[in-house]
Amino acid sequence: MSETTATAPARREKLPKRKRGRPDSIRLLLNNALATAGLVVFVLIVLVAVAAPLLPLPDPDATAPANRLLRPLAEGHLLGTDALGRDILSRLIWGTQVSLAVGVSATLIAAFFGSLIGLVAGYAGGRIDTLLMRGIDMVMAFPYILLALAIVAVLGPGLLNALYAIAVVNIPFFARNIRGIALGLSRREFVDAARLSGKSNAQILFIEVLPNVLPVIIITMSTTIGWMILETAGLSFLGLGAQPPQADLGSMLGEGRKILFTAPHVSVIPGVMIFALVMSINLLGDGVRDVLDPRLKSGALTRPVARTAVMRDQVPGGIEPDAEAVLDVRDLKTEFRFGGDVFKAVGGVDMKVGQGECLGIVGESGSGKSVSAMSIMGLVPTPPGRITGGVALLEGEDLFAASDERIRQLRGSAVSHVFQDPLSTLHPLFTVGDQLVEAIQAHAPLSGSAARKKAADLLKTVRIPNPAERLKSYPHELSGGMRQRVCMAMALAHDARVIIADEPTTALDVTVQAQVLSLLDTLREERNAGILFITHDFGVVSAICDRVAVMYAGQFVETGTTEEILTSPAHPYTAKLIDCVPVLGEPERRLDAIGGRPPVVNDLPVGCAFADRCPRAGDDCRAAPIPLTEFGEGRTVRCIHPLNAEAEHG
Amino acid sequence: MDDGVLLSIDGAERVFGGGRTIFGGKKPAVHAVQDVTIDVRKGETLGIVGESGCGKSTLARMIVGLDVPTGGRITFDGRDLAAEAGKDLRRLSRDVQYVFQDPVASLNPRKTIRTILEAPLIHLLRLGKPEREKRLSELMDAVNLAPEFLDRYPHEFSGGQAQRIGIARALAADPKLIVLDEPVSALDVSVQAQVLNILDGLKERFGLTYVFISHDLSVVESVSDRVAVMYFGRIVEIGAGRSIFRTPRHPYTHLLLESAPAPGRKSLLSEDADTELPDPYNPPPGCAFYARCPRRTDICNRQEPPLEAAPHQEEQLAACFNPREGA
Repeated sequence: MSETTATAPARREKLPKRKRGRPDSIRLLLNNALATAGLVVFVLIVLVAVAAPLLPLPDPDATAPANRLLRPLAEGHLLGTDALGRDILSRLIWGTQVSLAVGVSATLIAAFFGSLIGLVAGYAGGRIDTLLMRGIDMVMAFPYILLALAIVAVLGPGLLNALYAIAVVNIPFFARNIRGIALGLSRREFVDAARLSGKSNAQILFIEVLPNVLPVIIITMSTTIGWMILETAGLSFLGLGAQPPQADLGSMLGEGRKILFTAPHVSVIPGVMIFALVMSINLLGDGVRDVLDPRLKSGALTRPVARTAVMRDQVPGGIEPDAEAVLDVRDLKTEFRFGGDVFKAVGGVDMKVGQGECLGIVGESGSGKSVSAMSIMGLVPTPPGRITGGVALLEGEDLFAASDERIRQLRGSAVSHVFQDPLSTLHPLFTVGDQLVEAIQAHAPLSGSAARKKAADLLKTVRIPNPAERLKSYPHELSGGMRQRVCMAMALAHDARVIIADEPTTALDVTVQAQVLSLLDTLREERNAGILFITHDFGVVSAICDRVAVMYAGQFVETGTTEEILTSPAHPYTAKLIDCVPVLGEPERRLDAIGGRPPVVNDLPVGCAFADRCPRAGDDCRAAPIPLTEFGEGRTVRCIHPLNAEAEHG
Repeated sequence: MDDGVLLSIDGAERVFGGGRTIFGGKKPAVHAVQDVTIDVRKGETLGIVGESGCGKSTLARMIVGLDVPTGGRITFDGRDLAAEAGKDLRRLSRDVQYVFQDPVASLNPRKTIRTILEAPLIHLLRLGKPEREKRLSELMDAVNLAPEFLDRYPHEFSGGQAQRIGIARALAADPKLIVLDEPVSALDVSVQAQVLNILDGLKERFGLTYVFISHDLSVVESVSDRVAVMYFGRIVEIGAGRSIFRTPRHPYTHLLLESAPAPGRKSLLSEDADTELPDPYNPPPGCAFYARCPRRTDICNRQEPPLEAAPHQEEQLAACFNPREGA
């Protein structure tokens, strides 16, 4: 092969293609039927209210005692007339305009001052925060309708004064919401970075922090505007807002109150309008919140089912289970679907874990190593994940064909997991003992005291000193290493045949990592359990794994014993991956970076996925899929131009 | 103190908490950094290694002026850094910059890369528009990114690219010293090498001085001229990288080196399970490493060991009463 086809690693990186990823906000909003209905009603009402001066309406304040209390559909008065003979339709439209204007302005005023207070309090912290927030607390200590009444009483009745009163009463709502967000944002690294870029506090607050708070302000506004309109109507109803003859929804309601039984339409019509307006705003507001809230946007509302969906095109039959392997996975395929895109996270993986054996899966982030491991017990969230092919045999039993109940029995007993971050794996509100007892009793009918005794024994197994005392500790009271030991104890609670350890030491310090690794190594010998060990670190692999599989773009590119792979890697990717890690004791070694980036798994090339970054790649590499071929004793490689081929085959 | 010293840290100390509550009770205090003395020479890379909670990030934040020491002095080029940071952070930021650990979190998600990189040019260097454009393309070239990236938002970048933007921002003001706080620990190994190589090239090209903080010994070894090992807020050993990694004198350094996994290393030295960091609210009277130390003697639990040079090696200092020999 020619070296000229090699891509120069020093060249500038190309722009990734802009792709249509997740659906955009407008489409998301329109997907929500209720929010769309709200939007339509709201837009209609606003259009009509805004167009009031253009519409052929009679004067809303012109009284005509002769025509008083006409029923709806009367001639010339579509919705009838009120006690003074004024046209209700005209008053309704003009009144809606007033109510909307007051509600929106009050919201804007409250949002402006409330957000300002919240931003300053959250960003400044300390005394200023205390001072501002205690002021806000004092406002909140009054029942708010009383406070609004008191303000109007001082200022005198009138629409404008009612507006001020409502705005003031709602300031705390904004201030408290925004303060919390600003407080979190102000401790973020990008704020420190802005400070080091020479920005002043005011610049940081309004240029850096404010844009990040804006969605929250909009969400809060969309959910308060309905309230504001109701409150305006309330004050007008009490005669403190709009003064006669001016129409607004609240005052119309108030005027109709006395004749509710003789002429119900006078009060029912504005009531219906208030209902329609506020309801539409609330529905729309909820929709806007769902779209803008990043947590909801990321899919928190779509609750995944308890087990990954298995949708195999064909169920592979006639597979002879390997008698020596505890876990035998063949041709596993897992996909994720977002919109119209299919991400082939795992594209055909075979793995075998023998009794007491440790198989390491090494790969970079996004290579599919975690998804492969999570697929085995159906822990990949569905939607959007699904298993589309292959079998996973646990001592001969096909896990993908097993019932949900059977999987539930096996989870945490025959197959157990240890995850990367023990602090998020353990429940913060229960003691370590409670959680261990729960794990024990989930699969064994033990009494409380027997389970507690077993829990203490388990802690002793993972070398936690003073186990009986430690059972009473909460997770936050333990160090990172201790917490990970507790997780390991939980994984050992039942006679686990296979332990799936997903980067179990990545979050730990080196000295603690060494402790946890040597413990794991001892335990698998004592228990004779197989370990599927996922990591990105070849150093960690050396310490614990018997065999290694190197993963790239959803497939294994090389498998073999740890020693062989480390000393004479055959796949160019493996070789490059080993070369780019600094090794302790060899500071002079030049680090060979891998140029380019891995391919995205929704757009994989036909041929070798590594070809674009590979110095040995030729045209034949890109032409067709490369099979995983035997490469010496117990070794496979997915490459047609492997390294060290000469050495292996003479 | 010789002339080559750019940054001088003298007995720096940072206490969090402390003081009194409004009812007069004492609030608990934690010494995050205690009595740290280091000189950083012009043009060198000083590596700082330590495990989580050892105070290395607090030290880094004090050097760039994001935090203020509660005791001791930090001087940069003869100027008192703490005093300057309180008065005018901008002047300090023109000379000392910082690269953050989490590349994505250190970029404002709602700003384009152009806006982010322009900020130091506007606020620190006060450049006009044409000069800014020129400088921006220089910066993008320096970190090996295409100029089209300037109008993108941070979420469109991979970790390695984002970290290079973080480095470009630190370079923007043309500083003399850059503090790199775990710059590669959030990155994949293949990307880590790219970033380390870029950092190495920039140092030569712009005559920079680095303070490189990491928990990864092999990374620190590959980039540093001198290395300081921190434990529980103090420096326990400092010296030339080569001699520290080959012949560690402090038992903690030795433990760190033996615990680090390396390709081909089958067994890792590991201690017993009950070895933990001491309680920061209730520090031990003597050496903080006493409880974990295989070489401890009675004196270690009574007295704080001073940082002393080895008999024949002026450069390698260790804070231990019974240092490992064989140097």
